[in-house]
Amino acid sequence: MRPSSRTLCAAVFAVLLVSVTSCKKKAPVAPPAPPAPTATTPTPTPAAPLAVRINSFTAEPRSIERGQSATLRWSVANAMDISIDENIGAVTANGSRQVFPSATSTYTLTARGGGGSDSRSVTVEVSSGPPPPPPPAPTASVSGVDMLTREAQDAYFDYDKSDIRSDARTALMHDADLLKRVFAADPNFTVVIEGHCEERGSAEYNLGLGDRRAQAAKEFLISLGVPADRMTTISYGKDRPVCTEASEECYQRNRRAHLTPGSTR
Amino acid sequence: MKTKIVIGLILFIAAIAFVVSTSSGQEIRGTISGGQKPRMALPDFRGSGDAQKFMDTFNQTLWDELAGAGVLEMVAKSVYPLNVPQRPQDFRPPSGNVSNGPWLTDWSNPPVRANYLVFGYTGVQDGKIVLSGWLDNVTQPDPSSAQVFGKLYYGSLDADGAKKVAREFAADILRQFGAQSLDGSKIYFVSDRTGNKEIWSMDYDGSNQHALTHYNSVSTMPAVSPDGKQVAFTTYALGNPKIMIYSTETDKRMPFYNPVSSAVETPEFTPDGKHLLFATSLDGWVQICIADASGADMRRISHVRAIEVSPKVNPKNPTQVAFISGRGGSEQLWLMNIDGGDMQRLTDGEGYVANPAWSPNGQFIAFAWTKGYEPGNYNIFVMDIARRVPVQLTHGAGRNENPWWGPDGVHLVFSSKRGPATQLYTMLADGTNVQQLTTRANNIQPVWSKAIN
Repeated sequence: MRPSSRTLCAAVFAVLLVSVTSCKKKAPVAPPAPPAPTATTPTPTPAAPLAVRINSFTAEPRSIERGQSATLRWSVANAMDISIDENIGAVTANGSRQVFPSATSTYTLTARGGGGSDSRSVTVEVSSGPPPPPPPAPTASVSGVDMLTREAQDAYFDYDKSDIRSDARTALMHDADLLKRVFAADPNFTVVIEGHCEERGSAEYNLGLGDRRAQAAKEFLISLGVPADRMTTISYGKDRPVCTEASEECYQRNRRAHLTPGSTR
Repeated sequence: MKTKIVIGLILFIAAIAFVVSTSSGQEIRGTISGGQKPRMALPDFRGSGDAQKFMDTFNQTLWDELAGAGVLEMVAKSVYPLNVPQRPQDFRPPSGNVSNGPWLTDWSNPPVRANYLVFGYTGVQDGKIVLSGWLDNVTQPDPSSAQVFGKLYYGSLDADGAKKVAREFAADILRQFGAQSLDGSKIYFVSDRTGNKEIWSMDYDGSNQHALTHYNSVSTMPAVSPDGKQVAFTTYALGNPKIMIYSTETDKRMPFYNPVSSAVETPEFTPDGKHLLFATSLDGWVQICIADASGADMRRISHVRAIEVSPKVNPKNPTQVAFISGRGGSEQLWLMNIDGGDMQRLTDGEGYVANPAWSPNGQFIAFAWTKGYEPGNYNIFVMDIARRVPVQLTHGAGRNENPWWGPDGVHLVFSSKRGPATQLYTMLADGTNVQQLTTRANNIQPVWSKAIN
């Protein structure tokens, strides 16, 4: 083992030695001399650079409303490096650009070249424009909702009937006065008249009966001078009972027309 | 010869017989087209070798399938002769009055008085159960003319295999009697199990229940198009009650233009599927209207100051419309022409009527009626439109509503409140064989659609 590795080291050394000596052997040719300068040819003298000049830089129109646009136009002579600030950047020597400033802005055109530099500014006036619309009104004024929720009386009906009974007449006369007051206080207030039924009828017929009860209550309120265009109706049939016991007392509570605030006009 | 027998057979029994009590307590037999159900004898089959282990399952399945189809009158096993054939070659004609073995008259004579006999046996072959089954018309003079068909059936050698061969055999038998398969038919209904009323669908046996709508609103009163590809319903998802239509193939909403109205409800497709009848609030009263399937070209059909809902078109006579009207007092079942003419009241004015549904053959209307009961206590009735005699199918067990015919014209699905919640049930159109389909929350307003081809 040992003798052979020693032999290898010697061989590597020998190869290195040979390669070094062979390099030396290739070295003798000297690099060629550079050509002699032709001193007789005159070096052209560069002409003096022309002065950088901004011929024009305009904004049209000079004043706009927010959201509208203005057009910048420019013409530059003898410049290498032309740019406009306000995030527009490098531009060509002659050009235009539409801008949409949200506030009054001054645009500065800068041109540079061998003949110096030039800059010019133009200002676009931005007026604020019409004010934004107010946020949407709440669905009903708080006082109207409160008044209706606290004071409105349900109109009750007989089984399978939509006739206005005498007690329903009294309730709806009270409701008519209430609605007139609420409508006067809030010109945007509307009311939904819900028609409800008890569980003993069929779902299909009760949807029609609830519609009829709501319509009958609405017609009666119209006859008392409540404006028709501020009342809408909806039938819930027997799908929204206020109680579920199988008793005449509960059945009666569910056979009703009920007033709730509507969406504002 | 065999074909003639089968055709005669179908004509003979293409009908259902009702035996019911009228309100007066008198028993009547209402035969719908002059026929009676054929009497069927089905003695227990035996199995050879390992097949015998599954014969209780087999015999029960075959009996239930034949009895449940509603087209046969099953003769009680207690009156059967002791000597039961297992193969056609077991029949031996008697010598005078002396029996030489099983014979056709053992089954056609009293006390059995059967028209038909189902017999056979099972065995094991290559590890499978093999059923050899025959249907014979025992009123024929000899075994060769008596045989309607005989066939082999193969299944796995276990209870499932025994059920499978019994069902396949039963289906072949029932086909001979004109009974349609309900396979692939769907029931659409309303369930509130998510907390809101949504439209659901399930297979006819109550399996594979899933929601079609997810509006978290109130979606009710489904109707299904004659081809089974569309479901229309009433929903509050848009505010006031409106009609929506869904494709049952994609579970997606389809366009429908509702009239401007405070209420639009109870949609129903015409038999050609090209129009929709529905009820809508006009001039303060819900009235019957018709429009094309997209809601365009709406026309009002009825003109009366009364509530009118649930228009249903006779599938075999598209000019005839059954509906519910409150004209003249409590809501009753009425019939009119689709142009609004020829108004006729079908029920006698007592109680309250709801939910008319035509049988597929256009001869019967099933409906819910409180006649004889307090308001709200509905029972299911069926009326023969020609004779106009109402037949009561349920008798006060729960509140029974929303009957709807199966595509076989033999079964009805309906809702009933027999416990704390309302569930869906099926029964035969004579009121027997009541089966509960649903168990979760409340399930109402079923409509039964044939399989989509």
